[in-house]
Amino acid sequence: MKDKIFRFFLFVAALFVLVLSAAIVYALVSRSSEAFQEYGIWGFVSNAEWDPRSATEEYGALSFILGTLYTAFFALLLCVPFSLAVAMFNGVYFKGKKIAGVMRSVVDLLAGIPSIVYGLWGFYTVRPLVIDLGVNAQGFGVFLSSIVLAIMIIPYASSLSSEFLSMVPNNLKEGAYSLGATRLEVVQHISLPTAASGIVASFILALGRALGETMAVTMLIGNTNRIPTGLRDTGNTMASVIANQFGEADGLKLSALIAIGLLLFVITAIINLIAKLVMKKLSHA
Amino acid sequence: MESVKITNAQKAILQLKEVSVSYTPGKYAVKKVTTDIYPHTITAIMGPSGCGKSTLLRAINRMHDLYAHISTTGEIILKGKNVLEMDPMEVRRMAGMVFQQPNPFPTMSIYDNVLAGYTLNGIRLNRKEKDEIVEQSLQSVALWDEVKDVMSKRGSFLSGGQQQRLCIARTLALKPELLLMDEPTSALDPISTNKVEELLLELKQKFTIIIVTHNMSQAARISDNSMFMYLGELIEHGNTTQMFTKPQQKRTEEYLTGVFG
Repeated sequence: MKDKIFRFFLFVAALFVLVLSAAIVYALVSRSSEAFQEYGIWGFVSNAEWDPRSATEEYGALSFILGTLYTAFFALLLCVPFSLAVAMFNGVYFKGKKIAGVMRSVVDLLAGIPSIVYGLWGFYTVRPLVIDLGVNAQGFGVFLSSIVLAIMIIPYASSLSSEFLSMVPNNLKEGAYSLGATRLEVVQHISLPTAASGIVASFILALGRALGETMAVTMLIGNTNRIPTGLRDTGNTMASVIANQFGEADGLKLSALIAIGLLLFVITAIINLIAKLVMKKLSHA
Repeated sequence: MESVKITNAQKAILQLKEVSVSYTPGKYAVKKVTTDIYPHTITAIMGPSGCGKSTLLRAINRMHDLYAHISTTGEIILKGKNVLEMDPMEVRRMAGMVFQQPNPFPTMSIYDNVLAGYTLNGIRLNRKEKDEIVEQSLQSVALWDEVKDVMSKRGSFLSGGQQQRLCIARTLALKPELLLMDEPTSALDPISTNKVEELLLELKQKFTIIIVTHNMSQAARISDNSMFMYLGELIEHGNTTQMFTKPQQKRTEEYLTGVFG
Protein backbone atom coordinates (compact mmCIF):
# COMPACT_ATOMS: atom_id res chain seq x y z
CA MET A 1 0.00 0.00 0.00
CA LYS A 2 2.71 2.44 1.02
CA ASP A 3 4.57 1.44 -2.10
CA LYS A 4 1.52 2.23 -4.22
CA ILE A 5 1.07 5.65 -2.67
CA PHE A 6 4.71 6.42 -3.19
CA ARG A 7 4.55 5.34 -6.81
CA PHE A 8 1.47 7.44 -7.35
CA PHE A 9 3.24 10.42 -5.85
CA LEU A 10 6.25 9.90 -8.12
CA PHE A 11 3.97 9.59 -11.12
CA VAL A 12 2.19 12.84 -10.30
CA ALA A 13 5.47 14.65 -9.74
CA ALA A 14 6.87 13.42 -13.05
CA LEU A 15 3.68 14.30 -14.87
CA PHE A 16 3.73 17.77 -13.33
CA VAL A 17 7.20 18.45 -14.69
CA LEU A 18 6.12 17.19 -18.09
CA VAL A 19 3.01 19.35 -18.14
CA LEU A 20 4.99 22.36 -16.96
CA SER A 21 7.52 22.00 -19.80
CA ALA A 22 4.71 21.63 -22.29
CA ALA A 23 2.99 24.71 -20.84
CA ILE A 24 6.18 26.78 -21.24
CA VAL A 25 6.55 25.71 -24.85
CA TYR A 26 2.86 26.39 -25.47
CA ALA A 27 3.11 29.88 -23.97
CA LEU A 28 6.17 30.67 -26.08
CA VAL A 29 4.57 29.38 -29.25
CA SER A 30 1.21 31.05 -28.76
CA ARG A 31 2.62 34.42 -27.77
CA SER A 32 5.18 34.46 -30.56
CA SER A 33 2.65 33.54 -33.21
CA GLU A 34 1.84 37.19 -33.99
CA ALA A 35 5.41 37.86 -35.09
CA PHE A 36 5.69 34.62 -37.03
CA GLN A 37 2.37 35.28 -38.76
CA GLU A 38 3.49 38.77 -39.71
CA TYR A 39 6.85 37.77 -41.19
CA GLY A 40 6.78 33.99 -41.58
CA ILE A 41 9.33 31.86 -39.74
CA TRP A 42 12.02 32.19 -42.39
CA GLY A 43 11.27 35.85 -42.96
CA PHE A 44 11.70 36.55 -39.25
CA VAL A 45 14.87 34.49 -38.90
CA SER A 46 16.57 35.86 -42.03
CA ASN A 47 15.80 39.55 -41.52
CA ALA A 48 18.55 41.59 -39.85
CA GLU A 49 16.40 44.72 -39.44
CA TRP A 50 15.19 45.56 -35.92
CA ASP A 51 13.39 48.88 -36.04
CA PRO A 52 10.91 49.60 -33.25
CA ARG A 53 9.96 53.13 -34.46
CA SER A 54 6.21 53.05 -34.93
CA ALA A 55 6.26 54.57 -38.44
CA THR A 56 8.73 52.06 -39.89
CA GLU A 57 8.21 49.20 -37.42
CA GLU A 58 10.02 46.04 -38.52
CA TYR A 59 11.42 43.11 -36.61
CA GLY A 60 13.90 40.43 -37.62
CA ALA A 61 16.06 38.12 -35.50
CA LEU A 62 19.11 37.60 -37.71
CA SER A 63 21.38 40.18 -36.03
CA PHE A 64 20.75 38.61 -32.66
CA ILE A 65 21.11 35.03 -33.87
CA LEU A 66 24.47 35.88 -35.43
CA GLY A 67 25.47 37.97 -32.40
CA THR A 68 24.72 34.98 -30.20
CA LEU A 69 26.66 32.55 -32.38
CA TYR A 70 29.66 34.91 -32.66
CA THR A 71 30.00 35.47 -28.94
CA ALA A 72 29.28 31.87 -27.93
CA PHE A 73 31.66 30.26 -30.42
CA PHE A 74 34.45 32.73 -29.74
CA ALA A 75 33.96 32.17 -26.02
CA LEU A 76 34.12 28.42 -26.62
CA LEU A 77 37.33 28.81 -28.61
CA LEU A 78 38.88 30.83 -25.77
CA CYS A 79 37.76 28.38 -23.12
CA VAL A 80 39.03 25.19 -24.82
CA PRO A 81 42.75 25.40 -23.91
CA PHE A 82 42.06 26.40 -20.31
CA SER A 83 39.33 23.82 -19.79
CA LEU A 84 41.49 21.08 -21.27
CA ALA A 85 44.37 22.10 -19.05
CA VAL A 86 42.16 22.03 -15.96
CA ALA A 87 40.65 18.71 -17.06
CA MET A 88 44.06 17.09 -17.53
CA PHE A 89 45.28 18.55 -14.25
CA ASN A 90 42.35 17.05 -12.34
CA GLY A 91 41.65 13.96 -14.40
CA VAL A 92 45.12 12.76 -15.32
CA TYR A 93 48.17 14.35 -13.74
CA PHE A 94 46.87 14.96 -10.24
CA LYS A 95 43.99 12.50 -10.30
CA GLY A 96 42.97 11.53 -6.79
CA LYS A 97 45.45 13.95 -5.19
CA LYS A 98 44.53 16.66 -2.71
CA ILE A 99 45.60 19.44 -5.05
CA ALA A 100 43.11 18.20 -7.65
CA GLY A 101 40.35 18.46 -5.05
CA VAL A 102 41.36 22.05 -4.29
CA MET A 103 41.48 22.85 -8.00
CA ARG A 104 38.05 21.32 -8.49
CA SER A 105 36.55 23.36 -5.65
CA VAL A 106 38.03 26.56 -7.04
CA VAL A 107 36.68 25.85 -10.51
CA ASP A 108 33.29 24.92 -9.05
CA LEU A 109 33.38 28.24 -7.24
CA LEU A 110 33.64 29.94 -10.64
CA ALA A 111 30.41 28.21 -11.62
CA GLY A 112 28.74 29.53 -8.48
CA ILE A 113 29.48 33.22 -9.10
CA PRO A 114 26.25 34.97 -10.15
CA SER A 115 26.11 36.24 -13.70
CA ILE A 116 25.55 39.80 -12.57
CA VAL A 117 28.82 39.70 -10.62
CA TYR A 118 30.67 38.55 -13.72
CA GLY A 119 28.99 41.41 -15.53
CA LEU A 120 30.19 43.96 -12.97
CA TRP A 121 33.68 42.53 -13.01
CA GLY A 122 33.72 42.58 -16.80
CA PHE A 123 32.41 46.13 -16.85
CA TYR A 124 34.81 47.63 -14.34
CA THR A 125 37.90 45.41 -14.60
CA VAL A 126 38.09 43.72 -17.98
CA ARG A 127 36.63 46.54 -20.07
CA PRO A 128 39.45 49.02 -19.21
CA LEU A 129 41.95 46.32 -20.21
CA VAL A 130 40.16 45.79 -23.49
CA ILE A 131 40.26 49.56 -24.11
CA ASP A 132 43.99 49.59 -23.28
CA LEU A 133 44.47 46.76 -25.75
CA GLY A 134 43.00 49.09 -28.35
CA VAL A 135 40.20 46.75 -29.36
CA ASN A 136 37.72 49.63 -29.54
CA ALA A 137 37.06 52.96 -27.86
CA GLN A 138 34.40 51.95 -25.36
CA GLY A 139 35.51 48.40 -24.73
CA PHE A 140 31.98 47.04 -25.16
CA GLY A 141 31.35 44.38 -27.75
CA VAL A 142 31.70 40.80 -28.86
CA PHE A 143 35.34 40.60 -27.75
CA LEU A 144 34.70 41.70 -24.18
CA SER A 145 31.58 39.54 -23.81
CA SER A 146 33.36 36.48 -25.14
CA ILE A 147 36.26 36.81 -22.72
CA VAL A 148 33.95 36.97 -19.73
CA LEU A 149 31.70 34.26 -21.17
CA ALA A 150 34.72 31.99 -21.70
CA ILE A 151 35.61 32.28 -18.01
CA MET A 152 32.01 31.58 -17.06
CA ILE A 153 31.83 28.33 -19.02
CA ILE A 154 35.26 26.91 -18.06
CA PRO A 155 33.77 25.08 -15.05
CA TYR A 156 31.16 23.35 -17.21
CA ALA A 157 33.59 22.31 -19.91
CA SER A 158 36.37 21.24 -17.56
CA SER A 159 34.55 19.32 -14.84
CA LEU A 160 32.82 16.98 -17.26
CA SER A 161 35.96 16.60 -19.39
CA SER A 162 38.07 15.68 -16.38
CA GLU A 163 35.41 13.17 -15.42
CA PHE A 164 35.72 11.49 -18.82
CA LEU A 165 39.52 11.60 -18.70
CA SER A 166 39.62 9.98 -15.28
CA MET A 167 37.27 7.27 -16.54
CA VAL A 168 39.82 6.05 -19.12
CA PRO A 169 40.42 2.46 -17.95
CA ASN A 170 43.62 1.90 -16.05
CA ASN A 171 44.40 -1.29 -17.97
CA LEU A 172 44.64 0.72 -21.21
CA LYS A 173 47.04 3.15 -19.62
CA GLU A 174 49.10 0.35 -18.10
CA GLY A 175 49.12 -1.36 -21.49
CA ALA A 176 50.60 1.76 -23.03
CA TYR A 177 53.12 2.24 -20.24
CA SER A 178 54.18 -1.40 -20.59
CA LEU A 179 55.12 -0.64 -24.20
CA GLY A 180 57.53 1.99 -22.98
CA ALA A 181 55.38 5.10 -23.37
CA THR A 182 56.00 8.18 -21.26
CA ARG A 183 53.23 9.90 -19.38
CA LEU A 184 52.80 12.56 -22.03
CA GLU A 185 52.63 9.90 -24.75
CA VAL A 186 49.98 8.02 -22.80
CA VAL A 187 47.90 11.19 -22.42
CA GLN A 188 48.36 12.08 -26.08
CA HIS A 189 47.79 8.67 -27.67
CA ILE A 190 45.56 6.87 -25.16
CA SER A 191 43.76 9.08 -22.64
CA LEU A 192 42.74 11.96 -24.90
CA PRO A 193 41.57 9.82 -27.86
CA THR A 194 39.69 7.45 -25.55
CA ALA A 195 37.91 10.32 -23.80
CA ALA A 196 37.56 12.38 -26.98
CA SER A 197 33.83 12.07 -27.57
CA GLY A 198 33.13 12.78 -23.91
CA ILE A 199 35.32 15.85 -24.04
CA VAL A 200 33.60 17.04 -27.22
CA ALA A 201 30.23 16.50 -25.54
CA SER A 202 31.24 18.57 -22.54
CA PHE A 203 32.34 21.40 -24.82
CA ILE A 204 29.01 21.25 -26.63
CA LEU A 205 27.20 21.49 -23.30
CA ALA A 206 29.39 24.45 -22.37
CA LEU A 207 28.47 26.02 -25.70
CA GLY A 208 24.82 25.58 -24.73
CA ARG A 209 25.48 27.55 -21.54
CA ALA A 210 27.23 30.29 -23.48
CA LEU A 211 24.35 30.64 -25.93
CA GLY A 212 21.80 31.30 -23.24
CA GLU A 213 23.92 33.35 -20.85
CA THR A 214 22.15 36.67 -20.38
CA MET A 215 23.01 39.11 -17.64
CA ALA A 216 26.77 39.44 -18.02
CA VAL A 217 26.51 39.59 -21.81
CA THR A 218 23.78 42.22 -21.67
CA MET A 219 26.06 44.41 -19.56
CA LEU A 220 29.06 43.99 -21.84
CA ILE A 221 28.07 43.57 -25.46
CA GLY A 222 27.08 47.15 -26.23
CA ASN A 223 23.48 46.44 -27.22
CA THR A 224 23.31 47.56 -30.82
CA ASN A 225 20.64 46.06 -33.02
CA ARG A 226 22.75 44.99 -35.98
CA ILE A 227 24.96 42.17 -37.14
CA PRO A 228 28.39 42.50 -35.52
CA THR A 229 30.97 42.98 -38.27
CA GLY A 230 33.75 41.41 -36.23
CA LEU A 231 35.08 40.74 -32.76
CA ARG A 232 35.72 44.46 -32.15
CA ASP A 233 32.14 45.39 -32.97
CA THR A 234 29.24 45.78 -30.61
CA GLY A 235 26.03 43.82 -31.04
CA ASN A 236 23.29 42.03 -29.18
CA THR A 237 22.65 38.40 -28.44
CA MET A 238 19.21 36.80 -28.42
CA ALA A 239 19.24 36.74 -24.65
CA SER A 240 20.55 40.27 -24.24
CA VAL A 241 18.04 41.86 -26.62
CA ILE A 242 15.19 40.26 -24.69
CA ALA A 243 16.62 41.39 -21.36
CA ASN A 244 17.09 44.90 -22.68
CA GLN A 245 13.80 45.46 -24.38
CA PHE A 246 11.05 43.32 -22.87
CA GLY A 247 10.17 45.93 -20.23
CA GLU A 248 8.90 48.55 -22.66
CA ALA A 249 7.61 46.17 -25.34
CA ASP A 250 4.06 45.42 -26.32
CA GLY A 251 2.14 44.24 -29.32
CA LEU A 252 4.18 43.06 -32.29
CA LYS A 253 7.51 43.94 -30.63
CA LEU A 254 6.73 41.85 -27.57
CA SER A 255 5.67 38.98 -29.79
CA ALA A 256 8.94 39.31 -31.75
CA LEU A 257 10.94 39.21 -28.51
CA ILE A 258 9.09 36.08 -27.39
CA ALA A 259 9.72 34.58 -30.82
CA ILE A 260 13.45 35.18 -30.25
CA GLY A 261 13.08 33.47 -26.88
CA LEU A 262 11.47 30.48 -28.57
CA LEU A 263 14.27 30.30 -31.14
CA LEU A 264 16.90 30.46 -28.41
CA PHE A 265 15.10 27.67 -26.59
CA VAL A 266 15.08 25.55 -29.74
CA ILE A 267 18.76 26.22 -30.52
CA THR A 268 19.90 25.31 -26.98
CA ALA A 269 17.70 22.23 -26.99
CA ILE A 270 19.30 21.09 -30.25
CA ILE A 271 22.79 21.75 -28.90
CA ASN A 272 22.05 19.72 -25.77
CA LEU A 273 20.59 16.94 -27.85
CA ILE A 274 23.74 16.80 -29.98
CA ALA A 275 25.87 16.61 -26.82
CA LYS A 276 23.73 13.76 -25.52
CA LEU A 277 24.00 11.88 -28.82
CA VAL A 278 27.78 12.25 -28.82
CA MET A 279 27.93 10.90 -25.28
CA LYS A 280 25.61 8.05 -26.13
CA LYS A 281 27.90 7.11 -28.99
CA LEU A 282 30.75 7.10 -26.50
CA SER A 283 29.05 4.68 -24.15
CA HIS A 284 28.42 2.28 -27.04
CA ALA A 285 32.02 2.33 -28.24
CA MET B 1 66.95 -22.73 -0.52
CA GLU B 2 66.53 -26.43 -1.05
CA SER B 3 65.24 -26.86 -4.55
CA VAL B 4 65.25 -29.18 -7.53
CA LYS B 5 67.58 -28.35 -10.37
CA ILE B 6 66.55 -25.65 -12.80
CA THR B 7 66.69 -26.33 -16.52
CA ASN B 8 69.96 -24.65 -17.19
CA ALA B 9 71.66 -24.80 -20.52
CA GLN B 10 72.89 -21.25 -20.79
CA LYS B 11 73.74 -18.15 -18.83
CA ALA B 12 70.82 -16.59 -16.99
CA ILE B 13 69.03 -13.84 -18.91
CA LEU B 14 67.41 -12.45 -15.78
CA GLN B 15 68.76 -12.49 -12.27
CA LEU B 16 66.74 -11.47 -9.25
CA LYS B 17 68.79 -10.58 -6.20
CA GLU B 18 66.97 -10.01 -2.93
CA VAL B 19 64.07 -8.34 -4.67
CA SER B 20 61.54 -6.89 -2.25
CA VAL B 21 58.44 -4.86 -2.99
CA SER B 22 56.40 -2.94 -0.44
CA TYR B 23 53.10 -1.13 -0.79
CA THR B 24 53.25 0.36 2.68
CA PRO B 25 56.56 1.06 4.43
CA GLY B 26 57.68 -1.88 6.55
CA LYS B 27 55.23 -4.33 4.97
CA TYR B 28 56.49 -6.46 2.14
CA ALA B 29 54.36 -8.00 -0.59
CA VAL B 30 57.48 -9.62 -2.02
CA LYS B 31 60.26 -10.56 0.34
CA LYS B 32 63.88 -10.89 -0.76
CA VAL B 33 63.35 -13.06 -3.80
CA THR B 34 66.58 -14.33 -5.32
CA THR B 35 66.64 -16.53 -8.39
CA ASP B 36 67.75 -16.85 -12.02
CA ILE B 37 65.70 -17.15 -15.21
CA TYR B 38 67.24 -18.80 -18.27
CA PRO B 39 66.74 -17.87 -21.91
CA HIS B 40 64.23 -19.69 -24.09
CA THR B 41 62.36 -21.13 -21.16
CA ILE B 42 58.87 -20.67 -19.84
CA THR B 43 58.83 -20.04 -16.12
CA ALA B 44 55.50 -20.27 -14.33
CA ILE B 45 54.99 -18.34 -11.12
CA MET B 46 52.37 -20.10 -8.98
CA GLY B 47 50.91 -19.54 -5.58
CA PRO B 48 47.68 -18.66 -3.82
CA SER B 49 46.01 -15.26 -4.26
CA GLY B 50 47.92 -12.45 -2.63
CA CYS B 51 51.20 -14.37 -2.50
CA GLY B 52 52.99 -11.66 -4.47
CA LYS B 53 53.32 -13.35 -7.86
CA SER B 54 51.92 -10.46 -9.91
CA THR B 55 53.75 -8.00 -7.70
CA LEU B 56 57.04 -9.74 -8.44
CA LEU B 57 56.28 -9.87 -12.17
CA ARG B 58 55.43 -6.17 -12.27
CA ALA B 59 58.68 -5.33 -10.48
CA ILE B 60 60.63 -6.73 -13.42
CA ASN B 61 59.37 -4.18 -15.95
CA ARG B 62 59.07 -1.47 -13.31
CA MET B 63 55.31 -1.08 -13.52
CA HIS B 64 55.45 -0.21 -9.83
CA ASP B 65 57.06 3.10 -10.78
CA LEU B 66 53.63 4.29 -11.90
CA TYR B 67 52.44 4.30 -8.30
CA ALA B 68 54.43 6.53 -5.99
CA HIS B 69 53.66 4.56 -2.84
CA ILE B 70 55.19 1.29 -4.07
CA SER B 71 58.90 0.76 -3.56
CA THR B 72 61.11 -1.93 -5.05
CA THR B 73 64.53 -2.83 -3.65
CA GLY B 74 67.23 -5.32 -4.51
CA GLU B 75 68.69 -5.94 -7.94
CA ILE B 76 66.98 -7.10 -11.11
CA ILE B 77 69.66 -7.86 -13.70
CA LEU B 78 68.35 -8.17 -17.24
CA LYS B 79 71.06 -9.06 -19.76
CA GLY B 80 73.72 -7.77 -17.39
CA LYS B 81 72.08 -4.44 -16.54
CA ASN B 82 70.21 -3.60 -13.35
CA VAL B 83 66.75 -2.56 -14.51
CA LEU B 84 66.19 -0.60 -11.31
CA GLU B 85 68.93 1.76 -12.48
CA MET B 86 67.82 1.95 -16.10
CA ASP B 87 65.37 4.27 -17.82
CA PRO B 88 62.00 2.63 -17.06
CA MET B 89 60.77 3.23 -20.64
CA GLU B 90 63.73 1.27 -21.99
CA VAL B 91 63.15 -1.52 -19.47
CA ARG B 92 59.52 -1.82 -20.53
CA ARG B 93 60.45 -2.10 -24.18
CA MET B 94 62.90 -4.90 -23.29
CA ALA B 95 60.45 -6.71 -21.06
CA GLY B 96 57.03 -6.72 -22.71
CA MET B 97 53.95 -7.34 -20.63
CA VAL B 98 50.63 -9.07 -21.33
CA PHE B 99 47.83 -8.46 -18.88
CA GLN B 100 45.00 -10.47 -17.38
CA GLN B 101 42.29 -8.61 -19.27
CA PRO B 102 42.97 -8.24 -22.99
CA ASN B 103 43.49 -4.50 -23.43
CA PRO B 104 43.70 -3.59 -27.11
CA PHE B 105 43.51 0.18 -27.53
CA PRO B 106 39.86 0.84 -28.46
CA THR B 107 40.57 3.97 -30.49
CA MET B 108 43.05 2.20 -32.76
CA SER B 109 42.60 -0.24 -35.64
CA ILE B 110 44.02 -3.75 -35.45
CA TYR B 111 46.92 -2.57 -37.63
CA ASP B 112 47.63 0.41 -35.40
CA ASN B 113 47.33 -1.69 -32.27
CA VAL B 114 50.20 -3.88 -33.42
CA LEU B 115 52.27 -0.76 -34.10
CA ALA B 116 51.20 1.01 -30.90
CA GLY B 117 54.57 0.42 -29.25
CA TYR B 118 56.25 2.35 -32.05
CA THR B 119 53.68 5.13 -32.23
CA LEU B 120 53.69 5.58 -28.47
CA ASN B 121 57.46 5.83 -28.40
CA GLY B 122 57.50 8.31 -31.27
CA ILE B 123 59.42 5.95 -33.57
CA ARG B 124 58.65 6.71 -37.21
CA LEU B 125 58.50 3.86 -39.70
CA ASN B 126 57.83 3.86 -43.40
CA ARG B 127 54.89 2.01 -44.86
CA LYS B 128 56.94 -1.04 -45.84
CA GLU B 129 58.51 -1.42 -42.39
CA LYS B 130 55.09 -1.05 -40.81
CA ASP B 131 53.52 -3.69 -43.04
CA GLU B 132 56.39 -6.06 -42.31
CA ILE B 133 56.21 -5.64 -38.56
CA VAL B 134 52.44 -6.02 -38.54
CA GLU B 135 52.47 -9.15 -40.67
CA GLN B 136 55.37 -10.73 -38.80
CA SER B 137 53.91 -9.99 -35.36
CA LEU B 138 50.44 -11.22 -36.29
CA GLN B 139 51.90 -14.31 -37.93
CA SER B 140 53.82 -15.14 -34.79
CA VAL B 141 50.62 -15.14 -32.73
CA ALA B 142 48.74 -17.07 -35.44
CA LEU B 143 46.30 -14.21 -35.90
CA TRP B 144 47.35 -13.05 -39.37
CA ASP B 145 45.02 -15.31 -41.35
CA GLU B 146 42.09 -14.39 -39.14
CA VAL B 147 42.46 -10.62 -39.35
CA LYS B 148 44.39 -9.82 -42.53
CA ASP B 149 41.23 -8.65 -44.30
CA VAL B 150 39.90 -6.57 -41.41
CA MET B 151 43.06 -4.68 -40.51
CA SER B 152 41.34 -1.31 -40.38
CA LYS B 153 38.68 -2.49 -37.94
CA ARG B 154 38.98 -1.65 -34.28
CA GLY B 155 40.74 -4.19 -32.10
CA SER B 156 37.74 -4.34 -29.82
CA PHE B 157 35.72 -6.11 -32.55
CA LEU B 158 37.73 -9.28 -32.04
CA SER B 159 36.83 -12.10 -29.67
CA GLY B 160 38.48 -12.21 -26.24
CA GLY B 161 41.03 -14.79 -27.32
CA GLN B 162 41.86 -12.90 -30.50
CA GLN B 163 42.17 -9.68 -28.51
CA GLN B 164 44.64 -11.33 -26.18
CA ARG B 165 46.70 -12.63 -29.09
CA LEU B 166 46.59 -9.13 -30.58
CA CYS B 167 47.99 -7.81 -27.31
CA ILE B 168 50.74 -10.41 -27.42
CA ALA B 169 51.51 -9.39 -31.02
CA ARG B 170 51.64 -5.75 -29.94
CA THR B 171 54.22 -6.67 -27.32
CA LEU B 172 56.24 -8.89 -29.68
CA ALA B 173 56.33 -6.13 -32.29
CA LEU B 174 58.86 -4.32 -30.13
CA LYS B 175 61.10 -7.42 -30.14
CA PRO B 176 61.50 -7.67 -26.37
CA GLU B 177 64.00 -9.90 -24.57
CA LEU B 178 61.48 -11.03 -22.06
CA LEU B 179 57.75 -11.64 -22.16
CA LEU B 180 55.98 -11.08 -18.83
CA MET B 181 52.49 -12.51 -18.71
CA ASP B 182 50.14 -11.81 -15.84
CA GLU B 183 47.50 -14.58 -15.90
CA PRO B 184 47.00 -14.05 -19.64
CA THR B 185 44.36 -16.75 -20.03
CA SER B 186 42.28 -16.24 -16.91
CA ALA B 187 39.70 -14.19 -18.81
CA LEU B 188 39.59 -16.57 -21.78
CA ASP B 189 37.49 -19.62 -22.68
CA PRO B 190 39.17 -23.05 -22.80
CA ILE B 191 39.63 -23.07 -26.58
CA SER B 192 41.26 -19.65 -26.64
CA THR B 193 43.34 -20.64 -23.63
CA ASN B 194 44.55 -23.66 -25.50
CA LYS B 195 45.54 -21.53 -28.48
CA VAL B 196 47.48 -19.09 -26.33
CA GLU B 197 49.26 -21.96 -24.56
CA GLU B 198 50.30 -23.51 -27.88
CA LEU B 199 51.48 -20.11 -28.95
CA LEU B 200 53.66 -19.71 -25.88
CA LEU B 201 55.35 -23.04 -26.56
CA GLU B 202 56.27 -21.74 -30.00
CA LEU B 203 57.30 -18.30 -28.80
CA LYS B 204 59.85 -19.64 -26.36
CA GLN B 205 62.07 -20.49 -29.33
CA LYS B 206 62.61 -16.76 -29.73
CA PHE B 207 61.77 -15.25 -26.38
CA THR B 208 62.00 -15.93 -22.67
CA ILE B 209 58.65 -16.11 -20.99
CA ILE B 210 57.59 -15.65 -17.39
CA ILE B 211 53.94 -16.38 -16.77
CA VAL B 212 51.97 -15.82 -13.60
CA THR B 213 49.23 -18.39 -13.31
CA HIS B 214 46.54 -19.44 -10.93
CA ASN B 215 46.13 -22.61 -12.81
CA MET B 216 48.46 -25.42 -11.73
CA SER B 217 47.66 -27.63 -14.68
CA GLN B 218 48.54 -24.78 -17.00
CA ALA B 219 51.92 -24.49 -15.30
CA ALA B 220 52.38 -28.24 -15.65
CA ARG B 221 51.40 -28.17 -19.34
CA ILE B 222 53.57 -25.38 -20.61
CA SER B 223 56.35 -24.39 -18.25
CA ASP B 224 59.93 -25.62 -18.11
CA ASN B 225 60.48 -24.26 -14.65
CA SER B 226 58.11 -23.30 -11.90
CA MET B 227 58.35 -20.87 -9.04
CA PHE B 228 56.14 -21.38 -6.04
CA MET B 229 55.49 -18.30 -3.94
CA TYR B 230 53.78 -18.06 -0.61
CA LEU B 231 53.18 -14.94 1.52
CA GLY B 232 55.63 -12.93 -0.56
CA GLU B 233 58.45 -15.44 -0.35
CA LEU B 234 59.82 -17.63 -3.07
CA ILE B 235 59.44 -21.09 -1.56
CA GLU B 236 60.76 -23.17 -4.40
CA HIS B 237 61.99 -22.70 -7.94
CA GLY B 238 62.78 -25.71 -10.05
CA ASN B 239 62.19 -27.90 -13.03
CA THR B 240 58.45 -28.17 -13.47
CA THR B 241 58.23 -31.93 -13.95
CA GLN B 242 60.37 -32.60 -10.93
CA MET B 243 58.60 -30.02 -8.84
CA PHE B 244 55.20 -31.49 -9.62
CA THR B 245 56.37 -35.06 -8.93
CA LYS B 246 58.90 -34.55 -6.15
CA PRO B 247 58.62 -31.12 -4.55
CA GLN B 248 61.44 -30.39 -2.12
CA GLN B 249 59.49 -28.10 0.17
CA LYS B 250 56.57 -29.17 2.33
CA ARG B 251 54.51 -26.09 1.50
CA THR B 252 54.98 -26.64 -2.23
CA GLU B 253 53.73 -30.17 -1.82
CA GLU B 254 50.77 -28.99 0.24
CA TYR B 255 49.86 -26.40 -2.37
CA LEU B 256 50.21 -28.83 -5.25
CA THR B 257 48.11 -31.46 -3.52
CA GLY B 258 45.44 -28.95 -2.61
CA VAL B 259 45.94 -28.74 1.15
CA PHE B 260 45.65 -24.98 0.70
CA GLY B 261 45.25 -22.74 -2.30
